[in-house]
Amino acid sequence: MKKVNYRNLPSRLSLLLLVFLLTFSTTIFAQEDSANEAEATEAQTPPAEGVGDVAAGETLFKANCAACHKLDKKATGPALRGVADKYDREWLYKWIKNSQELVQSGDALAVKLFEENNRSVMTAFPALTNTDIDNILAYTSAPKPEPTVAEIPVGGGGESDGGVSNNIILGALALVFLLLVVMLFLVTSTLKRIAEANGVTYEEKEKKMPIWKAFAQNQFLVLVTSIFLLLAAGYFAYGWMMQVGVDQGYAPVQPIHYSHKIHAGANQIDCNYCHSSARKSKHSGIPSLNVCMNCHKNIAEYNGEVDPENGYTKEFYDAEIQKLYAAVGWDEAEQKYTGEEKPVKWVRIHNLPDFAYFNHSQHVTVAGIECQKCHGPVEEMEIMYQFSPLTMGWCINCHRETNVNLAGNEYYAKIHEELSKKYGVDKLTIAQMGGLECGKCHY
Amino acid sequence: MASNKKYWKSVEELNENSSIVETLQQNEFVEEIPTDKFLGDKNVLEATSTTRRDFLKYVGFTTAAASLAACEGPVIKSIPYVVAPDEIVPGVANYYATAMADGFDFANVLVKTREGRPIKIERNDLSKMGGVNARVHASVLSLYDAQRLPTPLINGEEASWEEFDVAVAQKMNEMAGKDVVLLTQTFASPSTTKLIKEFTAKYPNVRHVIYDTVSSSEALDAFQSVHGTRGLADYDFSKAEVIVSVGADFLGDWQGGGYDAGYAQGRIPKNGKMSKHIQFEANMTLSGANADKRIPATPGQQIEILKALTGGSAVGLPPAMAEAVSNAKAQLQKAGSKGVIITGLPNVAAQKAVLSYNANSEVMDATKPRLTAMGNSAEVQRVMSAVAAGVVKGLITVGVDPVYSFPDNDSFVEGYKNLEMSMAFAMKLDATASLAQLVAATPHYLESWGDLQMKKGSFSLIQPTIRPLFNTRQFQDCLLKWTANPKNYYDYIKETWASVLGGTSWNQALHDGVLLSDASVETDTTASPTDQISETLESNSANGALSSALQEGDLWLTLYTKTSLGDGAQANNPWLQEMPDPITRTTWDNYVTVSAEDASEMGLENNHVANGGLNGSYVNVRMGDVVIENVPVIIQPGQAKGSVGLALGYGKKEGIQEEMQTGVNAYPLYKDFSSVQKVSLEKVPGVHEFACVQLHNTMMGRDIIRETSLEIFNTKDAEVWNPMPMVSKDHQEIPVTSPDADLWEGFDRSVGHHFNLSIDLNACTGCGACVIACHAENNVPVVGKEEMRKSRDMHWLRIDRYYSSEETFENDFEKKDNISGLGSSLSEYGEMENPSANPQVAFQPVMCQHCNHAPCETVCPVAATSHGRQGQNHMAYNRCVGTRYCANNCPYKVRRFNWFLYAENDEFDYHMNNDLGRMVLNPDVVVRSRGVMEKCSMCIQMTQLTILEAKRDGREIKDGEFQTACSSACDKGAMVFGDVNDHDSKIYELANNNRMYHLLEAVGTKPNVVYQTKVRNTSEV
Repeated sequence: MKKVNYRNLPSRLSLLLLVFLLTFSTTIFAQEDSANEAEATEAQTPPAEGVGDVAAGETLFKANCAACHKLDKKATGPALRGVADKYDREWLYKWIKNSQELVQSGDALAVKLFEENNRSVMTAFPALTNTDIDNILAYTSAPKPEPTVAEIPVGGGGESDGGVSNNIILGALALVFLLLVVMLFLVTSTLKRIAEANGVTYEEKEKKMPIWKAFAQNQFLVLVTSIFLLLAAGYFAYGWMMQVGVDQGYAPVQPIHYSHKIHAGANQIDCNYCHSSARKSKHSGIPSLNVCMNCHKNIAEYNGEVDPENGYTKEFYDAEIQKLYAAVGWDEAEQKYTGEEKPVKWVRIHNLPDFAYFNHSQHVTVAGIECQKCHGPVEEMEIMYQFSPLTMGWCINCHRETNVNLAGNEYYAKIHEELSKKYGVDKLTIAQMGGLECGKCHY
Repeated sequence: MASNKKYWKSVEELNENSSIVETLQQNEFVEEIPTDKFLGDKNVLEATSTTRRDFLKYVGFTTAAASLAACEGPVIKSIPYVVAPDEIVPGVANYYATAMADGFDFANVLVKTREGRPIKIERNDLSKMGGVNARVHASVLSLYDAQRLPTPLINGEEASWEEFDVAVAQKMNEMAGKDVVLLTQTFASPSTTKLIKEFTAKYPNVRHVIYDTVSSSEALDAFQSVHGTRGLADYDFSKAEVIVSVGADFLGDWQGGGYDAGYAQGRIPKNGKMSKHIQFEANMTLSGANADKRIPATPGQQIEILKALTGGSAVGLPPAMAEAVSNAKAQLQKAGSKGVIITGLPNVAAQKAVLSYNANSEVMDATKPRLTAMGNSAEVQRVMSAVAAGVVKGLITVGVDPVYSFPDNDSFVEGYKNLEMSMAFAMKLDATASLAQLVAATPHYLESWGDLQMKKGSFSLIQPTIRPLFNTRQFQDCLLKWTANPKNYYDYIKETWASVLGGTSWNQALHDGVLLSDASVETDTTASPTDQISETLESNSANGALSSALQEGDLWLTLYTKTSLGDGAQANNPWLQEMPDPITRTTWDNYVTVSAEDASEMGLENNHVANGGLNGSYVNVRMGDVVIENVPVIIQPGQAKGSVGLALGYGKKEGIQEEMQTGVNAYPLYKDFSSVQKVSLEKVPGVHEFACVQLHNTMMGRDIIRETSLEIFNTKDAEVWNPMPMVSKDHQEIPVTSPDADLWEGFDRSVGHHFNLSIDLNACTGCGACVIACHAENNVPVVGKEEMRKSRDMHWLRIDRYYSSEETFENDFEKKDNISGLGSSLSEYGEMENPSANPQVAFQPVMCQHCNHAPCETVCPVAATSHGRQGQNHMAYNRCVGTRYCANNCPYKVRRFNWFLYAENDEFDYHMNNDLGRMVLNPDVVVRSRGVMEKCSMCIQMTQLTILEAKRDGREIKDGEFQTACSSACDKGAMVFGDVNDHDSKIYELANNNRMYHLLEAVGTKPNVVYQTKVRNTSEV
């Protein structure tokens, strides 16, 4: 009976299949449902009650007033929600058009207000018409919108939940598979027993030399295999060792969750605004906190896009801004610095070893390289990570491929002309300028 | 055959019936091991869950886990400013102009700061004063001295300044009516002078006495008696044609130093002319080493020489010396108003004679005297004896350490301890401060405000470059407080300067650091010296030590200050301790210098031992009752017979780290604050181990330093005095620089920058400022005395000093050329190893020569050293595996191997081993680790920065912008650095002029460091 030769095949196959399945069973996450985004973000402003047009008022408010006033919070000037109800409309017209005139005329209310607000002079807006002011006041009189709580699906999709359910499915599958294997075993053994009981005998397969023995006796094969194995081991060991000390993808948890995605991405802030020393120093510099406060004096809460699934809610971001205030010693209520400073201990992500000299200004100012070339899509990074390997090979490749940026640089004029003649090229690479010499980076 | 011997373990075994022996024979252990108790109890055994195997498993796993955990990379924190100062950009250096004035060294400097830390001292080019010597360069490290006083002390207890003010006020009230002396260094500060006057006005019982640790009192007295004001005549040696120095080391610390830059200017032959310098001296000094003619003369002879030079008649000079004197006299006469005589003799009459001789000289400027030394020895002497006698009841010391440096030490110390009030303003707990009741911790000059008038009409400002590191308050602020002045010292200076500034703004003056102004401000005054005034050299009766003849067996002692340590104020500075003395090339020591003849008479020896060290005998130096024991001896070629020398400033024991407590204190011999004394030496047993970095002192007739005389230089072609070495190819002599003689393919260096460094051996005086500047710029480690002795010094830049074996180097050549045959070469080469009794001396700074065909590069197995096209020989430390092949193959011996980890290693407890000292490190240069080779990089970090700045500004680089640490430190113009591809540059001219030669040109290494042949003005009239 020929068939018996393969009687163990099913069980073997099943084992192989199991291995195969497990190998490729990387976690497959269920797609998160994105149903609740439409109603969550846009706050519906209720219809206007006053005389003015709320929408027009909002535009005017943002253009003229928002630098110093907020609706619900004291900033440089007082909070303005409901201001139309507090004061006489005519008085407000006068005040907004030229507050100082009013103060100097000795208006008691105006003087009181001026004193209350640290004698900070409000800009005069003589260009605003009474209608404009009505519109603005209409906007400020609009009731405070209910805080929109992002609906979090109950029992639904946290990241970890998805992972667990997948694992359960996988586990169940594996169990089913195991059962199948066991059943197959049982079936074959039953069949065997039946065959025996029926007196069907099958010849014992003649004892062949086991394949491992044959292999072991073939010295050439052993030699080739071991060389191959050694080489393969060496290859992988080399690859493994080469990544020691390479921290590509390093994304440590920072003391303040600073999102480059929000700042550089959504708000389009130029990298050099905060990392200003990148233009003139070897260090790009971590911005000092007073640079943050240039904007965050007025931005105390986050109103942009949120990602509640990852925990990046408005509350989360607002809490992070509060951490900044705590570090820099900013009293939000009083709108002044307390002097109690707690320097922030950021975790450094890009660490070049001491023996490698790198100068940002050379690359940023002289070469005009985009920050993203080395630092990757920073504007998309919610959490900053090391994009490039920062290995010497990586540096050198770029120096080999990149042409020197000459545009309007008198320093290069003569050298470049002579060198390009020497090498017979129009544009020189950094390497041809001597950018691969050891001492250019190691001293 | 087995031994029959029986070994006894104790006496007890003798007793045959001893029960103890019996028991011990049975038992392996004295006390029974409770194995049964443990193993026998089955319950316990079974209850323990840990079996032996488990235990081993646990050990294995934990070890593995620990090592795995250790593999994780470190987390590095970055902490930015909360509010960043406007002027600080991390990674960019700021420079501030300030000035150093520690009472001994006065210099206008620029301070380089990084991220708010001063890391290097540079010269201030706007200043004409000079004096930025090795000590000034090293002073930045003294700022980060771990031994500094962190707070004021009251009776040894730490106190706050409020408590201190209260204590002082109380003390001052108690002292009302009693004699209190305010003993200070020379401040040369208009504001401080004014302030002290206000203080003494408030406390009339306090009188101000200025004490210069190393005195120039006689010169001051002479100047005062001639010109009416106290000061030191200023000299501009660049104008001199003939300089005759009688015992004045004016290239060293003579009268405050700082004269070397002007001197060097006149030494570079221009239009066939250069100055002529004749030196009469006892010790071999820098001045003598640079002189065209040097005549060793004891101080006793010197005074006779001076008499003869200034128009009198000399008595008792040996004929050769008399001839030299008359020769010098003739030369001076010929030079007329361009001739000058200077003297360092501690004698008012001698100083007066010189002043009157120079009255018509263009070189001397008496109208604008230097004000950097003001002390009056006689007055200090009176204070000293008054304290000892208990007449003075209170002593306030500022910036001086009399307990350490007063000659009559024991009685003064007794008196000092018994004072009713003793207060010391000190940076460290030095000898005086450690005995004082009140110790005011003062800041370093880099943390202080101040003003200076170093020379009449030359003003400087001192500004802080870092916030005080410790709870210190400067002397002036204390005085303001104690005189109930609400101002701080900064405002006080501004007020004083209102008259000084003239049309200049305060900000401009502060930016420049220096200001020339004709404003007259108050200067320190001292009662005009009473005695000695009318004395002349001829009718000399009160010459102190110089007056009487030597006793039998006595020797003249000339006390001097070393280039490295000066008066000893910075003795705790490892850079300075490790800096080789320019003359003896010895580090970490002071010693008696003795002439070879005297040494052999006394049986004193110097010898080289097998491990490459220098050993020397010990002597006791005796002067009357004062004996200094166990002073090591160095046999100094050129030392006048019958004279010895000893350096001040060593042997400090208080406020100084143990490693730095080197040498012997010579101040007890500084009797009457006179640098010349009579002593006797007596050999004592013992051998001193020196840390000397140059054991071979002669050139053996080779042309390592090329030298010629002015006459030959002017009259002969360059091939005669600066020949190109020839090699033979196909039996034809061709110059070694010809391409045919070259093994290598030349590299085209005509494009881009190509750096060369020119070293003018005529202008180099060997002062060593470059050595320390290199130290500071390149984070060169300090290795300590033991390692120095093993020649494991790490200096990237050394200044070799060579003595001639014959009278002159010229004669050495002849002698070598005339050697023929085995017998002659055996004996005469041996002789040439010994320097002459009065040798010619030459200095040669040697650093990596940055050879275009570098022998080191070809032997490196890992290509750690390679050549850049800008001419620099690069060294990639992280690539180096430490085979040291390169060092072995370097013909110049300039490569330095890190035998140990010198940073963060307790075995090398110097500045790199503490957080404070590490603040001085240059962040642009890596700190090398153990097992790698290092060497001069031609300051590639500086040249690269210059290039980068030009690129950023989009401009070409001008000549002079490229600098190295050494070239910018050299105020003599001896080192010029630049781009030879810029044909308008100074370096291009120097690299192509006829004095240029390469070191060991015959080797064919094509170095990028070029030397300028030394020219000596040896022509007699």
